[in-house]
Amino acid sequence: MTTKEAKHGNSRIPELIGKSVPRVDAREKVIGAAIFTDDVQFGPGLLHARILRSPHPHALVKKLDVSKARALPGVKAVVTGEDTPGYIGLYLQDRHIFCRDRVRYVGDPVAGVAATDEETAEQALSLIEVDYEPLPPVLDPEFGVSPEAPLLHPGLGKYEVANFIFPKPGTNISNHFKIRRGDSDAAWPECAVVVERKYRVPHIQHVPIEPHAAIAKWDQEGNITLWASSQSPFAQRNLIAKALGISQSKLQVISPYLGGGFGSKAGVSMESLAVVIARAVPGRPVKLRLTREEEFYTTFVRQGLVAHFKMGCDKDGNLLAMENKYYWDAGAYTEYGVNMTRAGGYSGTGPYDVPNVKVDSICVYTNHPVGGPMRGFGMPELHSGLEQCIDDLAHAIKMDPVEFRKLNCVREGDVIVTGMKMHAIGLSECIEKAAQAINWDHKAPPSAPASRKRRGKGFAIMWKAPAMPPNAGSSARVSLNEDGTVTVAVGGQEIGQGTFTVMAQMAAAALGVPYDWVKVAGPVDTKYSPYEWQTVASRLTWSMGNAVVGAAKDARKQILDMVSESWNEDPDDLDIVNGSVISYKTEEMMSLKNIVIYGLPKPNDQGWMGGPVVGRGNFMPTYVTGLDAETGQGPRAVVHYTTGAQAVEVEVDMDTGKVEIIRGVTAFDVGKAINPEMVRAQMEGGLVQGISTALFESLQLKEGVVQNPSFVDYRIATSSDVPHHIEAIIVEVPQDDGPFGARGVGEHPMVPTIPAIANAIYDAIGIRMDAPPYTAEKVYLAMVEAGIVK
Amino acid sequence: MSFHRITVTLNGATEEVEVPSNMTLLQMLREKLAMTGTKNGCASGECGACTVLWNGEPVNSCMVLAVECDRSEIVTVEGLAHDNQLDPLQEALIEAGGVQCGFCIPGMLLSARALLDRNPDPTDYEIRDALVGNLCRCTGYLRIIEAVKEAARRREAVPA
Repeated sequence: MTTKEAKHGNSRIPELIGKSVPRVDAREKVIGAAIFTDDVQFGPGLLHARILRSPHPHALVKKLDVSKARALPGVKAVVTGEDTPGYIGLYLQDRHIFCRDRVRYVGDPVAGVAATDEETAEQALSLIEVDYEPLPPVLDPEFGVSPEAPLLHPGLGKYEVANFIFPKPGTNISNHFKIRRGDSDAAWPECAVVVERKYRVPHIQHVPIEPHAAIAKWDQEGNITLWASSQSPFAQRNLIAKALGISQSKLQVISPYLGGGFGSKAGVSMESLAVVIARAVPGRPVKLRLTREEEFYTTFVRQGLVAHFKMGCDKDGNLLAMENKYYWDAGAYTEYGVNMTRAGGYSGTGPYDVPNVKVDSICVYTNHPVGGPMRGFGMPELHSGLEQCIDDLAHAIKMDPVEFRKLNCVREGDVIVTGMKMHAIGLSECIEKAAQAINWDHKAPPSAPASRKRRGKGFAIMWKAPAMPPNAGSSARVSLNEDGTVTVAVGGQEIGQGTFTVMAQMAAAALGVPYDWVKVAGPVDTKYSPYEWQTVASRLTWSMGNAVVGAAKDARKQILDMVSESWNEDPDDLDIVNGSVISYKTEEMMSLKNIVIYGLPKPNDQGWMGGPVVGRGNFMPTYVTGLDAETGQGPRAVVHYTTGAQAVEVEVDMDTGKVEIIRGVTAFDVGKAINPEMVRAQMEGGLVQGISTALFESLQLKEGVVQNPSFVDYRIATSSDVPHHIEAIIVEVPQDDGPFGARGVGEHPMVPTIPAIANAIYDAIGIRMDAPPYTAEKVYLAMVEAGIVK
Repeated sequence: MSFHRITVTLNGATEEVEVPSNMTLLQMLREKLAMTGTKNGCASGECGACTVLWNGEPVNSCMVLAVECDRSEIVTVEGLAHDNQLDPLQEALIEAGGVQCGFCIPGMLLSARALLDRNPDPTDYEIRDALVGNLCRCTGYLRIIEAVKEAARRREAVPA
């Protein structure tokens, strides 16, 4: 048989999909050659910017005098809110670039200085005189929704807002997402067991090891170049251009490699400050590089959550009803946070099949740092308490928690909480495999018979959909070089997750060339790279992958059309394998070299055909529908869900309260792992980030002031905190519209970790705590209070 | 502000640099010499991204004044590979999949290099201990720890 399928199946190209090739960027990163934003050289003309920030959580700005700062030698520009009348924001335009009449959190930018060096800029800040009139703050979201709370945004109602966000003008509620499904009131009497709990999740920080950096430069014609460590070069171009009232074509955003993002570098946070300061000094590049302290609370933080759960099941363990209320402590501006509230609403039951549901997900303005996207986008927070309640419910009905989850988890074909029909998913398989790997049926033994340590096992499952506008798009360009090598241009960003590698694999596989022939064009540059909405939501493998595969197929078609004409063959008999065009019919073969640029000669010197090959591809989901504002119901709320399960074994030291993670198992349904080792690396890194948030991390807020803005006082997991055994399990139930069946998994591995650990601690010592982090101190005091230790 | 002319051996080559007295070694590398492989993650000695070898010892270069380095030997990430031949640690790190965003990697590599130089056959605990000052937010450390073990094995395999 000489069909293409048969040949193709034996060729090495499709094997690239599912093959753990080395990362395209690994070598330059280990030799110190990879360029990050702060590494770009600007020469002696570079100016350095510093920002004056509000010391008050809530205050009116009565007077602002910058004259002394302006007079300081070396100072080239001082800008204030006077210079930024417009509003900016992703889903809700509720903030000025620099504050004008009012400050709303400790760290709110009041003025910016550019000077010949950082020390001078810093000195100039101390010369700026500001008179504040402090106002009472809102420091708790439940207080924030009460009638007694001061109103933080009188302008809410006039702010521009996306049509799927529902602010309540005259209150501190900037979005209220509701689910009303079935009849939970009628269901409670039917329940054999009902569990009601309240859990809190503290604010945390992403802490990428690379702090935010942005360099902006205006030319005399008003064209702007912005170099930024950014997950969202195109969104930054759009939002900043809109805020300044200029064309997107006037702003070029260039974004080199990111030293970690985790959401903190999505949307716009500090980049607009650099742009506005640089406007005052045309021709001079102005660099704003956040200090580590600023990094902790002046960009996005993960918002806090106060969650009320009520859930019940019948005597056989079938979930009958849930009523969950989420109060998001969303901070001073909720331009991005409103959509986390929405995501927390439509996924507010966790991955369970529940017939009767009420969810209220409420985004509350507070005088805390600005809540923004962080890996998991609301899901780690809400699963944190929800998955503990599920365990409690299972225990109450005397069912094994894993069996309870198997019974109630969402399956293909279920009509889920928003009324959407569930696509094919491998959640049940993830549960089974994770349970097997942790040896769930065997209770954790004490580490030694006489030991003062107790062991426990815990389990949790999760779901998460990409949270984004329904029509977030991707595009890609695949062009070929004289020697047949390939350049893939994309606008999605390499933030460590490995997207450039996966794009190279997909392009090579779809086009028919060896992997090492493909280079992904970086840095992402809005002037030359094709459009990408943002590098967020674990959406690139799926969305940008579709665009890249489309572009590669387009290039492939151009090549095969040309060669088929030249060879006078049917293009269907031709293929590109390992960088050469081959005919299955005539067994002719021709290298891509030269023909992909210069084309092919027509017979008898009659001219030429073909030309430089450039494939284009784009992808945008077209099927996501709106949801009813009162019920949250609609045919298709999201593009798809990625699901998974985690299990951990912990050891609690009865003398110190220290919790050690002995083993971790992490299993996710990724549709198709394009690069299995990189998928496992995501799962491991996500689990450890989850462990870090469960055991150590909390931004300590006192009257709106972050008490621990340093790595000494805000501890993250180090090499000594990592479990010795992590097993990462890949489940593959294909995504119908994913490239080669793939869907994303970047964020998901840290979603179920807090509750898995909390459930394991409960298994070990029988104690539940109302909020992470489960520090040694907190666990020890809880054991004292429970009378377990004295 | 006084200025000082200092001489350092940087990755095997002699460099003469004029530095102000308050300039850190990190600033000297990045700003004076445009050696940007060494990263600035906190400028306060907490994250380890700026780790270099100072006379063979791993230090946070943000915590060392440049003038202190007069007549001393500095190795940065740019000095690990020789003649395009990667250090076994660099090779092992690539193969183990221990690189994600890469920002912590230069510092991580030098802490690991210093460990293997003084202890060619470290235990798992010793490796974790040597890297405890180098924060990584992406990888979860396990693949980096594995890479250090693998590099140690490879060096053992090479006859002295």
